[in-house]
Amino acid sequence: MAEEIVITEEMRALIGIESTPWAHEVTTTSVRAFARGVGYTDLVYYDVEAAQAAGYRSLPCPPTYLGTPIFIPGQSSETFSGPKEDGPTLEHGLPNLLDGGTETEYLADICAGDTLHVSSSIADLSIREGKSTGKMLIVTRETRCINQNGDLVARQRGQAIFY
Amino acid sequence: MARTWDSFSEGDALPELIKTPGVSDLVKYSAGGGDFNPLHHDYAFPQAKAIGSIIVHGRFKYACLGELVSNWLDHGGRIENIACQYRGMDLPDQTMTCGGVVKRKWEEDGKKLAELELFVENSSGKNTTPGTARVVFK
Repeated sequence: MAEEIVITEEMRALIGIESTPWAHEVTTTSVRAFARGVGYTDLVYYDVEAAQAAGYRSLPCPPTYLGTPIFIPGQSSETFSGPKEDGPTLEHGLPNLLDGGTETEYLADICAGDTLHVSSSIADLSIREGKSTGKMLIVTRETRCINQNGDLVARQRGQAIFY
Repeated sequence: MARTWDSFSEGDALPELIKTPGVSDLVKYSAGGGDFNPLHHDYAFPQAKAIGSIIVHGRFKYACLGELVSNWLDHGGRIENIACQYRGMDLPDQTMTCGGVVKRKWEEDGKKLAELELFVENSSGKNTTPGTARVVFK
């Protein structure tokens, strides 16, 4: 358990630096895989005809799904599937990670056939005391998703907890 | 049937969604979303050993709240915003009750909107994942 966590000037200097965009594909297969993983029984997320009958171009992204990062061996993270190096790294030395929270704002529908160019930046760094985790570093990250037409279709804000 | 603006009132509860995800379900979610953090499938992972168990992905619970809202809305509108906080860990094979209530229903700039308050309650009755959603109707 970390006795003390210090947010250094070097760490603060990384706030606001935009990562290199990485492509996330939304395909009929990826939408089905996500819907199946959550446990949806709604055919709109599986059957293109049902999706079109409900007014969508193709299978829509279920809420909270923003495509699957394209996997390239060596370039992608084996654990989280996103790019391994997409910007400056926060050197904090804390081994454990928990998710703190997520907010997604949608500006348009996202459907199978779309490719999202996803980039993110650190919005805030703070320190909190957890009951079972001791001192924790809270990293708030903002993510932007721009589709193949150049439209901002979603924004996400999430808190990663390191301890 | 797609949800219509006239079919609900403030204070209405959303039909609950019950989930009891086992390890296989968590693996399916990992594959679907691309998050292969061993904390969600490997009991030998040091963090899981320290906690005493693997834990349900926060994002799985978030996605379940998404499913709850999607089922209620039934494509009668669009989610503009959905958020939650992971306040407590949930363990595999434990029943989670996902639910919500209509907090506010209003019209603004010609848009028909509703604000929902969401929760994931564990088997001890604790809300581990409070959330909110704003939906706009067709």
